[in-house]
Amino acid sequence: MDDLDRKIINLLQEGFPLTEEPYADVAKQLGIDESGLLSRLKSLLDEKILSRFGPMYDAAKLGGDFSLVAIKVPKDRFDEVAGIVNSYEEVAHNYHRDHDFNMWYVLATESPEKIHEVNADIEKRIGLKVFNMPKLDEYYIGLKLTA
Amino acid sequence: MSKALLQNEVIILDELDRQIIQATQSGLPLVPRPYHHVAEDLGVTVKEVIRRMKAMKDTGIIRRIAAVPNHYALGYKGNGMTVWDVPSELVNDLGHKVGVLDFVSHCYHRPRFLPDWPYNLFAMVHAHNRKEALLLVDTIAELLGKHDRGHDVLFSKQILKKTGMRLL
Repeated sequence: MDDLDRKIINLLQEGFPLTEEPYADVAKQLGIDESGLLSRLKSLLDEKILSRFGPMYDAAKLGGDFSLVAIKVPKDRFDEVAGIVNSYEEVAHNYHRDHDFNMWYVLATESPEKIHEVNADIEKRIGLKVFNMPKLDEYYIGLKLTA
Repeated sequence: MSKALLQNEVIILDELDRQIIQATQSGLPLVPRPYHHVAEDLGVTVKEVIRRMKAMKDTGIIRRIAAVPNHYALGYKGNGMTVWDVPSELVNDLGHKVGVLDFVSHCYHRPRFLPDWPYNLFAMVHAHNRKEALLLVDTIAELLGKHDRGHDVLFSKQILKKTGMRLL
């Protein structure tokens, strides 16, 4: 990654235009040509320095729902419980965190009702309480990481 | 709150909107005229695609069109979920103050579960290492002052699963 890659990452985190030739517009801002920008972007995505590039849709407004769910998993059962939780296609992310509440998963479902169905099913299968912590309000979402 | 939003704002998406979402949810084509590319695949004009996407941006269905970097690849290895117990009646004011800090990527109000879980404000912080992240936690604690009735930070140890979310 060189300085130009960093400039591209920083600029494209801010946004991307809805114009007929958006890459040419952005390239001009960076003082490079369109094909140069496209090949840089391809590499950044291939090397997974960028995890996504494009429109970010708000799933909740499309009728779907999300929730963050936490479980306190006894150490000796961690792998077994992770296997069960991960087996649900509605579980989009699952993180192991350093805490008594050591498993944190994100559910993404078509409907709010489905969140409760999946959690109830998981709870029954693992025999541990799941703590459903949906967002009640959000104050900022966006990434502002300086490359 | 997502449910309230849905009740207040009636957003009607038609078949073409849904097709545009399906065609772009995994990313924008890396070709000189990306919206033309989408339009051709769907058999409509580029003007129509741009008009629909602008409308979805205005209603917030599209949060933004942008690049999302991988934290770890950029050297951000101290990624912590900071959690705060603040007075319920102040959570909105305090949430906005924490949310605008430039090292906070997401900030949410979530429910408490007493006595196991007293925290109602969540803020994700990103730093190059854990030591640096703890300094950011101190910065938030200072900002909250006496309203910080207790806090904790949960660092990620391992990603157990991470998939793209299919929306439609």
